[in-house]
Amino acid sequence: MKLRAGTIALLGAVALYAIVLVAGLTRLLNPYWLQIFQFAGIMTISGLGLNIIYGYTGQFSLGHAAFYGIGAYTAAFITKSAAAGGGMLLPALLAGAVAAGLVAFLIGLPILRLRSDYLGIATLGFGIIVKVLFDNSDAVLPTLGGSRGMTGIPKLTTWTWVFVGAIGAVMLVRNFVYSSHGRACISVREDEIAAEAIGVNTTQYKTLGFVMGCALAGLAGGLYAHLYTFLHPMNFDFLKSLDVLLIVVLGGLGSISGTIVAACAWTLLLEGLRVVLPPEILDWRLVIYPLLLIVVMLLRPKGLFGGNEFRFLKPEERE
Amino acid sequence: MSALLEIRDLTKDFGGLRAVAHFQLELAPGELVGLIGPNGAGKTTVFNLITGMIPPTTGTIRIAGEDLVGYPPHRITHRGIARTFQNIRLFNDLTVLDNVRIAYHPYAGYGLAEGILRLPRFHHREREIAAEARELLGIFGLADREAELARNLPYGDQRRLEIVRALAARPKLLLLDEPAAGMNPGEIQKLMELIHFIRDRFSLTLLLIEHQMRFVMSICERLVVMDFGEIIAEGNCREIQANPKVIEAYLGKGVHTGGGGPAPAGSR
Repeated sequence: MKLRAGTIALLGAVALYAIVLVAGLTRLLNPYWLQIFQFAGIMTISGLGLNIIYGYTGQFSLGHAAFYGIGAYTAAFITKSAAAGGGMLLPALLAGAVAAGLVAFLIGLPILRLRSDYLGIATLGFGIIVKVLFDNSDAVLPTLGGSRGMTGIPKLTTWTWVFVGAIGAVMLVRNFVYSSHGRACISVREDEIAAEAIGVNTTQYKTLGFVMGCALAGLAGGLYAHLYTFLHPMNFDFLKSLDVLLIVVLGGLGSISGTIVAACAWTLLLEGLRVVLPPEILDWRLVIYPLLLIVVMLLRPKGLFGGNEFRFLKPEERE
Repeated sequence: MSALLEIRDLTKDFGGLRAVAHFQLELAPGELVGLIGPNGAGKTTVFNLITGMIPPTTGTIRIAGEDLVGYPPHRITHRGIARTFQNIRLFNDLTVLDNVRIAYHPYAGYGLAEGILRLPRFHHREREIAAEARELLGIFGLADREAELARNLPYGDQRRLEIVRALAARPKLLLLDEPAAGMNPGEIQKLMELIHFIRDRFSLTLLLIEHQMRFVMSICERLVVMDFGEIIAEGNCREIQANPKVIEAYLGKGVHTGGGGPAPAGSR
């Protein structure tokens, strides 16, 4: 039974991948929409990162876009500096993820001592600092473009890269969450004092969750940079952190399925409304969408999935 | 040196309030000792000091000869001390089984990468951990509730689950903070049998705080009585029951002390 759930999910994933790929190649799906699909995948990766931090480890972060940006700028810097060639994408993406994880580790040591709202404010402050650094980055590295934005990034991100990245992120988070280390993170969320009392080094696991989540944000940022080929500090400000937070809360804290669905729904809906709505009320798009949020929160305060998962994302209990 | 736990001159000040004063205690391996006293006497503070939840002002706490003062709580747990809490602290949104499994974390026996890559050792160890956790749950009659969320358990089961979780951390010394609180007489009777059973089965040393005197008197071999942060009496149940200082602490001294009312709060 459970094997079948996994097999069906695998077939479904391959089918989705193939359909979008073929539709993209045959121009059934225009390049604009293909880009939207890729962006949905990128938001999924970033959202899964924040879900580890907030949904599973219980650490409230409002600075997710900063790590997304660090990954984006790092990866873009590498591919732009290296004499072109698609072969640089993978190392650049990994470097972006590592850079974001490393910064998360350094910043996490002092601030993860804070709790809930206070941690939120501290990460918010960190996000603003990073944004200001991006704004002035050209003073140190002219390649990064500062407040004029970074141009000339090779367009290397493809649907395949995004898809593989997203599936990899899902597997990573799922396997992590259902392991002893993941349980340690969850125990920190549930009750920090009790977690310490049963022998969990809470500082260590808060840091681990934060670093892993931010590294995923960095990976997503790298993909983003090579999708749109243009980076601007405005793309990594506080509001972008809120977008990810929204996706995670909307999907359900501590639910991988929820993040996937919410990230895709959020991205596609925002663009879909553009197509569906008549031009006269197109501007109301930005009213309709917050209204939807309010309705969802009223009807499902724990998010769409409320901590539940699709069956194929649950671990198989073996005897 | 034969003592498992050795506490010397332990003092804790909260600002101007001396919550624990010159506390001394030695526990031999296998002992079952009760820590009693009126509300606010400092009993739970002693537990918090032993487990490293709060740092002592002065004093030493040794387990098997090793000084624990200054260790973070999780390291103290690794040294063999586990506890339960007066106001139950379960992982409410997790299943009963997961509550217990988490406590095996220090003994997981596989690394982060092994877990994420799902290498054979992961599967092997997870199977063992689940089996051990289920065995413990079985001892406490919780086996058939393993899939339920901890928050949905009845009160008595929650208390028992907390003991199971503490046991999973493989303690040498188990500290129970009011294990019988809120239980009915039948449950208390069962709890007493269980405590004796786990002591023998896991060769535990137990220190427990309890207000239900019938329970304390029938289970503990030795009692330590605290009042206003100090030990006022020590001995077996008969001695304690006859001790005038203990009677005074609980019932007051009559005319001029004005009732010996316990200090409010501060016990936690």
